[in-house]
Amino acid sequence: MENLVEIVGLTKVYEGRKLAVDNMNITIPRGKIIGLLGPNGSGKTTLIKMMNGLLTPTAGKVLINGFEPGVESKKKIAYLPEKTYLQNSMKVSEVVDFFGDFYDDFAKDRAYSMLQALKIDSTSKMKTLSKGTKEKVQLILVMSRNADLYILDEPIAGVDPAARDYILKTIITNYNENATILLSTHLISDIENILDDVIFIRDGQIILCSTVEAIREQKGKSVDAFFREVFAC
Amino acid sequence: MAWELNQDRPIYLQLVERIQLQIVSGYYKPGDKLPSVRELAAMASVNPNTMQKAFTELERSGLIITQRTSGRLVTEDLKMIKKIQQDLATEQIVAFFEKMKELGYSKEEIVNLMQTAVREVE
Repeated sequence: MENLVEIVGLTKVYEGRKLAVDNMNITIPRGKIIGLLGPNGSGKTTLIKMMNGLLTPTAGKVLINGFEPGVESKKKIAYLPEKTYLQNSMKVSEVVDFFGDFYDDFAKDRAYSMLQALKIDSTSKMKTLSKGTKEKVQLILVMSRNADLYILDEPIAGVDPAARDYILKTIITNYNENATILLSTHLISDIENILDDVIFIRDGQIILCSTVEAIREQKGKSVDAFFREVFAC
Repeated sequence: MAWELNQDRPIYLQLVERIQLQIVSGYYKPGDKLPSVRELAAMASVNPNTMQKAFTELERSGLIITQRTSGRLVTEDLKMIKKIQQDLATEQIVAFFEKMKELGYSKEEIVNLMQTAVREVE
């Protein structure tokens, strides 16, 4: 099957400052759950933003399903940014409607069943929700799309462990075999059992691309332990 | 509840062992239909592709049989299940002997200790 994402020579230099992403080359196939792992400031979010067309590369290109980031790619990507962007004055149900209007591939019933499972009242206003609950709502919205590529930037950081388990189960059961999930996180031990592959990033460069099982087999340790070793300060 | 999985070994091997144990212990009986890959992956909180790999391994060994119409079934070959039970038991015993040796016991001493322990339990 053709690759879902192709990244060629991708580079981003921030205004005379630092090289955030440095000549990255990678292809991402369909049907995988992939962890994008690296320390703070390693370039994860910059890479993700370029994939979503929110930042323009200094050099190189990203192709999603053969398209450069734009209207076509956005139809296929469900993106969870690191910061929340939902209107505080809206009710949860209004936000769900908003997503339903916006995206053809949005499954409202799925959103409501997840809201119910996480005991989130859809009549509450966004501003009355705790930070963690807001994050849950946002993740539910993203996971309720039938996208080809889910890009989740730190999806579970602010969420309690019980909800984290539910969210991971939701990811496992909901995503279809042709879709890929790319997620960045620091909480490796919580998610490594659900990952196929991991990509390690340091100083804007990909330093390792491997399956979770290969790391465990060859290094005799978890990805979490291996990460701590590779990125030891 | 996610399955307890060890941190430093390949996940699919641990899934294979876990399902073997469920079959040997009778949680899944000979001829039983197993849940789908996705259901089991969700139960264990693991990647579906990893669960698939574990299933492939179990199919290869013959413990699980895939039928086009009825999904995956536990083998009805009782001899095979017995054999796996014995293999698992042997593994445990070998590991036990290793640990006891580390504690400085000889084989005879270990056997004596075992006999005493068995009598006390009775």
